[in-house]
Amino acid sequence: MILFERVSKRYPNGREALTNVSFRVESGEMVFLTGRSGAGKSTVLKLVALLERPSRGTVTVNDKSTGTLKARHIPAFRRQIGVVFQDHKLLVDRPVFDNVALPLVVAGSPLKEIDKRVRAALDQVGLLGKERMLPAELSVGEQQRVGIARAVVSKPPLIIADEPTGNLDPDLALEVMRLFRRFSDVGVTVLVATHDHHIVRELAKREIVLASGEVQAQSGDESPGALPHLVPRR
Amino acid sequence: MMTPAILGTRHAQALLGSLGRLKRNPLATALTLLVIGLALALPAALGLFVTNAQSATGGFSHAVDMSVYLKTDVPLAKAQQLAVSARQRPDVGQVTVIPADQGLDEFRKYSGFGAALDALKSNPLPNVLHVVPRADASSAADLESLRRYFAAWPEVDVVQLDTEWVLRFNAILAVLRRLVLIAAVLLGAGVLAVVGNTIRLEILNRRAEIEVTKLVGGSNAFVRRPFLYTGLLYGIGGAVLAWAILEVAVLVLDQPVATLAQLYGSRYALQGPTGEVLAVLFGGGTALGWLGAWISAQRHLRSIEPD
Repeated sequence: MILFERVSKRYPNGREALTNVSFRVESGEMVFLTGRSGAGKSTVLKLVALLERPSRGTVTVNDKSTGTLKARHIPAFRRQIGVVFQDHKLLVDRPVFDNVALPLVVAGSPLKEIDKRVRAALDQVGLLGKERMLPAELSVGEQQRVGIARAVVSKPPLIIADEPTGNLDPDLALEVMRLFRRFSDVGVTVLVATHDHHIVRELAKREIVLASGEVQAQSGDESPGALPHLVPRR
Repeated sequence: MMTPAILGTRHAQALLGSLGRLKRNPLATALTLLVIGLALALPAALGLFVTNAQSATGGFSHAVDMSVYLKTDVPLAKAQQLAVSARQRPDVGQVTVIPADQGLDEFRKYSGFGAALDALKSNPLPNVLHVVPRADASSAADLESLRRYFAAWPEVDVVQLDTEWVLRFNAILAVLRRLVLIAAVLLGAGVLAVVGNTIRLEILNRRAEIEVTKLVGGSNAFVRRPFLYTGLLYGIGGAVLAWAILEVAVLVLDQPVATLAQLYGSRYALQGPTGEVLAVLFGGGTALGWLGAWISAQRHLRSIEPD
């Protein structure tokens, strides 16, 4: 589903955010991307969502190489990916329903279908009945779940999340992560960037550790409850 | 996947969204509409003025005629013969022979020189052809070529163009019509700028929304659509306002114009905007609104990318 091959990313200001990064995320897999702030987690997600293109190497998502994808094909490419942000990026002047419906509206789904799917997505995140509320009327945790509902409403094969629990207390954070695990259980590929080691341990999914823009280690142990076993790559 | 029905729904959504947004900022919308309305109304009003001036004077703006004075030794029979051949010309509408005797009678009657004329032994006046060109051949150049044609006849003494002032009047109208064109172009550019700038501000205001929309896979066309509809609505709204301004102006001017016409012995009534004027107004307004929005969207939307 996601393949990074010797990827480097240098921003216009000269900062090299990633150096020679290679990893693979299989279809239907749930993977954590960890590391300190500035280690390159956000850059990896931006490269996956095609908010940025790699400076060197190739990024392949859904069998498409992002380096060469034409600009007019980017919208269709992004519709295959659900993105969740730490600051959830909701439209503050629109009710919950409109926020969640946006990906479907953009994709041109029929109104009936939109109505049905938005309710289903809100049900999945436990917010059914709050369609008409504005984001500001919800708690931070609820806002984050609206963001998740928006990411999953069009049933994309891939969900990426950048610090989705950064603003949540530990209980809420765990709840949100279990939500992601449920999506992964039904075959959705999930890539979550987080620095919350507690959660990574709790969910016991594969972990890719970034440090200073390089892959420091990857774990392969997926046995529930076990501490992820870090395997040095070099 | 994108059926016509879905596309239609999306356009309807964009249109309703734009309408709703305009309604939510009534003051800003009203001010923008007012500026566009005034800019559209001004050239339209000028055009209306020219049209009215032309049709109010319509009776005599085509009353161009000329008098062809024959030499005094040309007999009446020859004059009539010349009239027949003059009528053959395609640019000649009407030729009347005014015999010397009739000319003298009229002169005696209207000039007050009756007694003095009686003292003359013979009629000093020549036979005259009164020539009215056809309406479609009464431009200055046409008249000049007709004048030369008559002047070249050996029997002709002098050709007098009685109504040079009509040509001047028509020339003034032509200048005014050109002024209307200049005003229309300049104010049309003004409408483009107003709509473009308004759309630019709205794009900047909705930056976050545009970013999120692009992030979830909204194409440039999708993001652009509501702004194009907003521009279109500004154009149409401005045209409606301009129309209202014209109608009110006509209403206000109607009475004094009727009085003025009466003083000139005319029953002329001021004409409001015709269907043609309205078509240009609405067509122009719509096109300018759309184009202004398109230019602005093209320029500013591309630079907004999610990060």
